[in-house]
Amino acid sequence: MLAQQLANGLFLGAVYALFAIGYTLVFGVLDILNLAHAAIFMATAFAAIALVGAGLPLALAIAIAVVFAGLLGIALDRVAFAPLRARNAGTLVPLISSIGVAIAIGGVARGLFGPGEHRFPSGTLGPLGEGRIHLGALAFSGLDIVILGVALALMGTLAYVMRATSLGRAIRAVAEDRVAAALLGLDLERTIALTFFIASALGGAAGILIGLQYDSVSLEMGSRIELKGLAIVILGGMGSITGAVIGAFILGAVEVLSVAYITSSYRDAVAFGVMFAILVLRPSGLLGKRALRTA
Amino acid sequence: MSLLEITDLRAGYGRIEVLHGITLRVEPHALCAIVGANGAGKTTLLLAISRLLDARAGTIRFDGRDVTRAPSHAIVRAGLSHVPEGRRILPAMSVEENLLVAAALRKDLDARTEITALYDRFPILDTRRRLAAGSLSGGEQQMLAIARALVVRPKLLVLDEPSMGLAPKLVAQIFDIVASERARGTSILLVEQNARKALALADYAYVMERGTIALEGTGADLAGRPEIAAAYLGDGDRSRLG
Repeated sequence: MLAQQLANGLFLGAVYALFAIGYTLVFGVLDILNLAHAAIFMATAFAAIALVGAGLPLALAIAIAVVFAGLLGIALDRVAFAPLRARNAGTLVPLISSIGVAIAIGGVARGLFGPGEHRFPSGTLGPLGEGRIHLGALAFSGLDIVILGVALALMGTLAYVMRATSLGRAIRAVAEDRVAAALLGLDLERTIALTFFIASALGGAAGILIGLQYDSVSLEMGSRIELKGLAIVILGGMGSITGAVIGAFILGAVEVLSVAYITSSYRDAVAFGVMFAILVLRPSGLLGKRALRTA
Repeated sequence: MSLLEITDLRAGYGRIEVLHGITLRVEPHALCAIVGANGAGKTTLLLAISRLLDARAGTIRFDGRDVTRAPSHAIVRAGLSHVPEGRRILPAMSVEENLLVAAALRKDLDARTEITALYDRFPILDTRRRLAAGSLSGGEQQMLAIARALVVRPKLLVLDEPSMGLAPKLVAQIFDIVASERARGTSILLVEQNARKALALADYAYVMERGTIALEGTGADLAGRPEIAAAYLGDGDRSRLG
């Protein structure tokens, strides 16, 4: 029972991690909070539904929707952040303009898809939707395994990119010292655009995976995960990718356990209570901002 | 043709103009020094050259091209490497990662070969390659900052106060590196508080005062002038060495 719950927490935590990494990447590089991240999370899930509805196979629809999310992230930066950055507008004004973009994205999604719960067309999952896989006493759906696999693969790819590629080093250099990075010949605007692409693509992927997991996509799905994502990055330490991943798995586990052993109505209260307790003990989060830079 | 040609450059911060029309040239394969008191605008001038600060008037030409409005990364790409005041190494990244970040600019060179060549010149960096750059001593950090600038084989190496905060023995070491780099044919623009050492090394030098060029001449010429000796080479009066 406990093992099964922890395994369920693992699935949830993996998707939370994908989502929360987006906040922490952008914060690490620009020191700003991107409050349009949850809107991109939601819009990408709708894009995937539309693509599947248009007859594309699920894997292709996910791939296209994730690229769409990344491009939406670049557009978000050009519209909401770049003009303010050029004027040295500080960190509070971009926060507000990202809320503006979030409202705009929400408006477009409402216009295109309308309110209420939307589902992937029946049969989208194919064989993944049927039967359960047994592993000792544990039971999973094929979808659980795919979601966990996709989430871990994306995080593994990100870890590799950040550690071992010139793009990852460029992102960390810009996060650490923008002036030094410019003097080393890094194109700051290009590096920032790529950071937004990665952050938004991961957030979008999380949106699709959550949509598949609950078989429900709605305009409100962004606001439901937004606070959790922010709590995770604060818990992990702002700007720390590893911290966000650890924080996400903690939240996932606590949520699942509180549903199993207390009651589902206290799920969020218990989750946020545990986070609060951790923050009392470690006010700057589990890992500091430096962790993005050392990746 | 001069490698770097600055004509009547004006720049500043907010409403304050710091540079009131600077004109100077750096010739190819030469060491050009800029000396002057603290607050004369030397660092501001270098920031404007690297385009971290907008020119309000005047022009900057580098290697035959007008770069007055070019983005800062384009300046580096054109062959100008700037070792800034305070070194600005990336402290959380390893020594080698600092070099790799810089080397990524030159896709035509093999980063591994270039970095190995620099390790041969700066063996201490080789022994520290896996350490976080922030854990190095001040002298090692300065060496890393210079190595990081050299890894792209610049046409012009710009150094802002490379000896600042270093013990005399390390200062001598840094000046040895500067001299050897010049002997390899790299052009150098050196801003230095240690005016005596800078003038001794310089082919040509400028004295900055309150955002203008007050004097210019060959290094030997300036070092021999009594007003320079009094203002910038005075012994025992640290405040005027600035």
